[in-house]
Amino acid sequence: MKTIKITGLLFFAFTLITAVSCKKQLNLQPKYGLTAEAVYGDINNYENIIAKMYGGLSVTGQNGPAGSADIITPDEGFAQYIRALFYLQEFPTDEVICGWSDVGVEDLDKMKWSADNTFIKMMYNRIYFQIALCNEFVRETSEEKMTTRGFSDADKTKIRTFQAEIRYLRALSYYHAMDLYGNVPFVDEDDKPGSYMPERITRAELFNYIESELKDVENKLLDPTVVPYGRASKAAAQFVLAKMYLNAEVYTGANKYDECVTYCDKIMSPANGFQLEGNYVKNFRADNHTSNEIIFPVVNDGQFIQSWGGTTFLVCASIGGTMVKEDYGVNGGWGGLRARPELVNKFTDSIADSRYQFYTDGQTKDMAVWNEFTDGYALPKFRNINTDGSLASNNANTPYTDTDFPMFRLADVYLMYAEATLRGGNGNSGLALTLVNNLRERAYGNASYNFGALTLPIILDERSRELHWECTRRTDLVRFGLFTSSSYLWAFKGGDEVAGTGVADYLNLYPIPNADLALNTNLSQNFGYN
Amino acid sequence: MKTNRRSIFLALFGMLLLAPLTFAQTGKIRGTVTDSDGAGLFQATITLVGKSIGATSDEEGAYEIKGLAEGKYAISFVNDGYKTETREVTLGAGQDLIVNVTLKDASSGIDEVVVIGYGTTRTKDLTGAATIITEKNFVQGSVSTPEQLIMGKSAGVKITTNDGAPGSGSTIRMRGGTSINASNDPLIVVDGVPLDNGGISGASNPLALINPNDIASFVILKDASATAIYGSRAANGVILVTTKRGDANKFKVSFESKHSVSTIAKYADVLTGDDLRALVNEKGTATQKGLLGTSNTDWQREVFRTAYTIDNNVSVSGGLKKLPYRISIGNRNENGILLDDYFNRTSFAMNLTPSFFKNTLTSEVNMRYVETRNNFANRGALGAAFFDPTQSVYSGNEAFGGYYEWVKNGKPNVLAPKNPLGLIKQRQDVSNVHRLIANAKLTYKLPFVNGLKAVVNVGVDQAVGAGTVNTLASSASGFYTRGSYSEYRQEKNNQLIEAYLNYNKTSKNAKHILDLTGGYSFQNWNTSSPNNPTYSEARDSIISPANPNPFFTENALLSFYGRGIYTFNDKYVFNTSLRYDGSSRFSPETRWGFFPSASAAYVISEEKFMKNVKWINLLKLRAGWGVTGQQDGIGDYSYIGNYFPGQTTAQYAFGGQYYTTFRPNGYDANLKWETTSSINIGIDFGLKNDRISGSIDVYQKNTSDLLATVSVPAGTNFTNAILTNVGGMKNTGIEVMTNFGLIAKKDLRLDMMANATFNKNEVTKLAQINDPKSPGILVGGISGIANTIQIHQIGMPTFSYFVYEQKYDGSGNMIQEGQQATIDVNNDGQITTADKWKDIHAFVDRNNDGKINIDDRYITRQAAPKVFLGLSFNLTYKNWFAGLSMRSELGGTIYNNIHSNNATYQAINGTLGFLNNISNLYYEDEVIKNNERQLLSDHYLEKANFLRMDYLNVGRKFDKMSVALTVSNVFVLTKYKGLDPEIGGGIDNNSYPRPRMYSLNFTFNF
Repeated sequence: MKTIKITGLLFFAFTLITAVSCKKQLNLQPKYGLTAEAVYGDINNYENIIAKMYGGLSVTGQNGPAGSADIITPDEGFAQYIRALFYLQEFPTDEVICGWSDVGVEDLDKMKWSADNTFIKMMYNRIYFQIALCNEFVRETSEEKMTTRGFSDADKTKIRTFQAEIRYLRALSYYHAMDLYGNVPFVDEDDKPGSYMPERITRAELFNYIESELKDVENKLLDPTVVPYGRASKAAAQFVLAKMYLNAEVYTGANKYDECVTYCDKIMSPANGFQLEGNYVKNFRADNHTSNEIIFPVVNDGQFIQSWGGTTFLVCASIGGTMVKEDYGVNGGWGGLRARPELVNKFTDSIADSRYQFYTDGQTKDMAVWNEFTDGYALPKFRNINTDGSLASNNANTPYTDTDFPMFRLADVYLMYAEATLRGGNGNSGLALTLVNNLRERAYGNASYNFGALTLPIILDERSRELHWECTRRTDLVRFGLFTSSSYLWAFKGGDEVAGTGVADYLNLYPIPNADLALNTNLSQNFGYN
Repeated sequence: MKTNRRSIFLALFGMLLLAPLTFAQTGKIRGTVTDSDGAGLFQATITLVGKSIGATSDEEGAYEIKGLAEGKYAISFVNDGYKTETREVTLGAGQDLIVNVTLKDASSGIDEVVVIGYGTTRTKDLTGAATIITEKNFVQGSVSTPEQLIMGKSAGVKITTNDGAPGSGSTIRMRGGTSINASNDPLIVVDGVPLDNGGISGASNPLALINPNDIASFVILKDASATAIYGSRAANGVILVTTKRGDANKFKVSFESKHSVSTIAKYADVLTGDDLRALVNEKGTATQKGLLGTSNTDWQREVFRTAYTIDNNVSVSGGLKKLPYRISIGNRNENGILLDDYFNRTSFAMNLTPSFFKNTLTSEVNMRYVETRNNFANRGALGAAFFDPTQSVYSGNEAFGGYYEWVKNGKPNVLAPKNPLGLIKQRQDVSNVHRLIANAKLTYKLPFVNGLKAVVNVGVDQAVGAGTVNTLASSASGFYTRGSYSEYRQEKNNQLIEAYLNYNKTSKNAKHILDLTGGYSFQNWNTSSPNNPTYSEARDSIISPANPNPFFTENALLSFYGRGIYTFNDKYVFNTSLRYDGSSRFSPETRWGFFPSASAAYVISEEKFMKNVKWINLLKLRAGWGVTGQQDGIGDYSYIGNYFPGQTTAQYAFGGQYYTTFRPNGYDANLKWETTSSINIGIDFGLKNDRISGSIDVYQKNTSDLLATVSVPAGTNFTNAILTNVGGMKNTGIEVMTNFGLIAKKDLRLDMMANATFNKNEVTKLAQINDPKSPGILVGGISGIANTIQIHQIGMPTFSYFVYEQKYDGSGNMIQEGQQATIDVNNDGQITTADKWKDIHAFVDRNNDGKINIDDRYITRQAAPKVFLGLSFNLTYKNWFAGLSMRSELGGTIYNNIHSNNATYQAINGTLGFLNNISNLYYEDEVIKNNERQLLSDHYLEKANFLRMDYLNVGRKFDKMSVALTVSNVFVLTKYKGLDPEIGGGIDNNSYPRPRMYSLNFTFNF
């Protein structure tokens, strides 16, 4: 019996000991995750870290094309940067209409959105995702931290360049926030992740912040001639500055056309090596990474950089009706985007314009209903085939495209220079005319369609012919005072009528999403949305 | 060895002593076995304990055991459905002793011992709401998974089979759900091993890996005072499953064979080929007409079938020397009603309950091993009803394996649905899943203190699921990638170690009973799976590459607990428990949660003044309070802010070189327990000698620190929404359970069990700041991209509907946007074809801003039923038996997505190069086209009320066998227009229809 007792006691003692030792086993860490310290401590990781912030313009999560999403949303593709930007910059304009029944699309098409609109929220969330990640990078790459981590001078130089690029990306997203939403929450590297309500910044204050940031990083960025394709050069920062200055009156009430001209000049400096591509369409094809015209691209790749947004969206959503999707290098025709008749009508003089890319078979130019694909011309401007017609890496067997999105390209600089000069900036009006005519000559292949003189309406129409579907239209119409007014109407503008109607001016600015207003009492809703 | 020698010697000596006695004059024991109404019980087993002599009662209940030597005997009286009685008698030489016995109905159960968390208690001493369901009340028929045995049998427990697929799982909700993003599943404990509720790759339902034939009873613990001992995992109730075990004194072999035929209960009501042709020819465009075929194919009949299921089980139990054992082997081969769908489960279970050291050390070893083999028929074929019925099944040519497919320029149309039969026949999705659940529990009566015992339980729950998915290169869906082939594998490990001390002492005068328990438990769960690439079918190229890191996740839970039960005079019972849980899912600062409970019971019927009230034999009042927690259902590392590498398809490129991205994940470092505090007040009653018995419970559960994924202020985290503790929820309800012995005659017994539950759910808090503009959490995806129809919002039940309010014309027809109006819409003074209804005419402008947009939606009704009822009958007449069980759910609402999406003219399509079939519901309102608003119209909300008969069975017992015929899913009474009103999430889309099953069961006992 004694042995039994002892055995029993030992038995029980053993289990108690295991109980105590178990306590340690509650400290479990993810097997394949890395702490911030480990990630930033190794110089070899830096490209991987900044790839996420650049990639935030292209992919939507860690899985590609979907999965492990950056933004929690009912549909990951909605929160893709370029797709969301396209929705907000193009849907409510004369350039495009989307016939999908996703909740919120029609409200954008017909300019009757509210502060609960999904896509207004998606863009906002994507912008602040980018900003939060960039802030973390800037925080983790301070001079003190680099020293603490024992980086060599060469490594430090490399990291400083990366930091300048990330600050550029942050300024770029803040630029979109300023342009779309105006008065928004403000967070920078001093705001660590946590539970707090960011302060509100006014549109004019934000203008000053972005301007100072970009001016500061301008000379820390690499020259366009040496920057690896996909990363931001000096010219990328100069482009955002030029764009801000052109629209300064909208943002701050004061114009800055001189500054716009100055920054356009900087970009056009021959030392940078940018030049118009001989073939307009090359900028929108699968091999557009070889274009000399693109100042800042958002890179896509059919194999390794996949999403349901970006050019995958632009290519697939434009295909429908009698179009053969393989002709455009994809296996999906999503039948959504068509041109409104007003865009087609911009091409008045000749359809010999190589920028006239409409697909008209089975389509009607004028629209009776907004949500039939055959109403309105289709517009396969973006294609996933190479300029020579050969297939891209997906062999047209997937919807994932190689075509990069030309976020900024030289043609826009020419038009900005011309417009700023025309509006009183200190540019050369002869050069302005030449630059615009350079675009005309490229489009037609000869000089017979050149302009003899420029006017603002000519510039606006030329912008549309040259830059349609490149996410600038809403900003342009707002700058010209035409976005909401009844003096320029387009099909389904402002409502259900094909004739279109003017809308209230407060719609020039998107609302702060109600979702964020409900979380941050420092914010206030933009005028008109209450 | 000493012991052995001594026992042999004793045995020999005993035989020598006993031998002469056999020649002495013998006596007999006889009598009648009756039930509480005095009716004789047929086939009761009467045995002399420790002897191999016995008898069986005749139809009058009479028995006789002859040839007995004088001496003391213990006689046991056993009859199914009654409590076993034992009588000790002394038989004189040659005496004719009459022993009459009345057996009590087992269902009253007051003196029974019931399993509770970490121990057992007498039913009498229960202070919380607990329901015990034993084998005789199980759902009959060919049941494939354990939880289906108790469908509709208990108030407060709603079990909904997810669909009609073989081996398919169920959703179990006890007293409503308490959580939004954390788990709402109850904790299931099998023989003391808490199971991992998560799914396993390759198995449709983890519970399907337990053979229902091995289960002896379920104990359902519903309120916190009963479940708080399980602390953090118990907020949604606990189901304790006890499996069958052997009786050392009774060698038993039983063989059960069930043969079933499943048939589709109802086909979706869609247009025939001729109907569709007529409709398109009447209304269609030239393109649509051009796409019409000439056939009349009933696609549903092409992919659904009548399927045969066979389920065989053998069990052997008895005692090997003194070692009680039970071994069972079962095989279920179930064919789904969807063509090629197949589920095969082989199970092996062994249960040993040996005792050592003069019964001071008792042990229990359970081992169950299950292997399932599945072929998952392509679920895409469930859309068969909507494939164009004017097309034939086969194209008559070689392309795409000969199946008719929609093509465009000779290639499959990517957007078009694929041939349903081709989807099934050209894809093989097979899996093989193994699961081992084993535990060893040792109970040691400590020799130092009388009544003190130590219990150690060690268990494992391991599962490996593996499978392959192969799509033929010749198929339309595999066209672009030349087919596909992928393999997957997932391993799950769950280890348990627990130990506790139990002290149970009854005072000498039996007035005081004290039961104390204290101990700890440690559990660890991990899941891993490799990342494999997807190849083309020929495996000569990679379609999607494998990702760099395999998947691995792990969590652990350490708990300390204690409980005290004090019973005074069998009249007052006090119960208190404490649990202290630490979870690896929270940071060291917030890791530990404290979960107390207290409850008491007052057995009024034990009072002297009640002894004269003969018609009341039990009246017990219970009240309890407790706090439980929740951390299941959330990610394992949600509080840690780490960087995670992206996958190969989500890289970015600089200078043509691709880089894996590192992303910091959004997180809340202060994540902590979700806690639910609940109160429960109940009455148990037994009237007229338990002819009527039951219980009534009233409860309220308040959940705070609700774990929900909610938006965070923009810019403050690495994502837009994180899992955090933000909300609150309240569930209030009433439960009634009753048993009626309607007829209790000698040959005829009819019992009725009825239960009713009312539950009200309300979200009380949803954000850090309570802003009236808070948009709520949108849920409930419907057709279209990212369209949602439901919302969690403060002041409303979870899964309420968030819809536009439809307007109707004078004759009750819905007004459709874009269709001919009957008023002068364009104000040109006349009504012409130019006047079309606008959104403002079709929907109510609830915020009166003159336009219709998403701000005009309103919140109404709820998906979950408010009331659910269960009713079952058991009838025995001589050797015949019969039973049925019905369930009803009331007050729930369904969004009929088939009606809104597949019943419009637009759904026929044609513009994208293919045609679809549509539902006959089209003729309800002849909608031409549904835009985003129309999809979200309250027009498509329907009442989900129904009454379903789950089974009806009839059978007969023979000497050593019984035969029963069961019909399962007999009928559904409902006004719902869709296929089946019983839909878990409230949104009706194509689902695997629940079959009607006819089963013939044979049971043999030796």
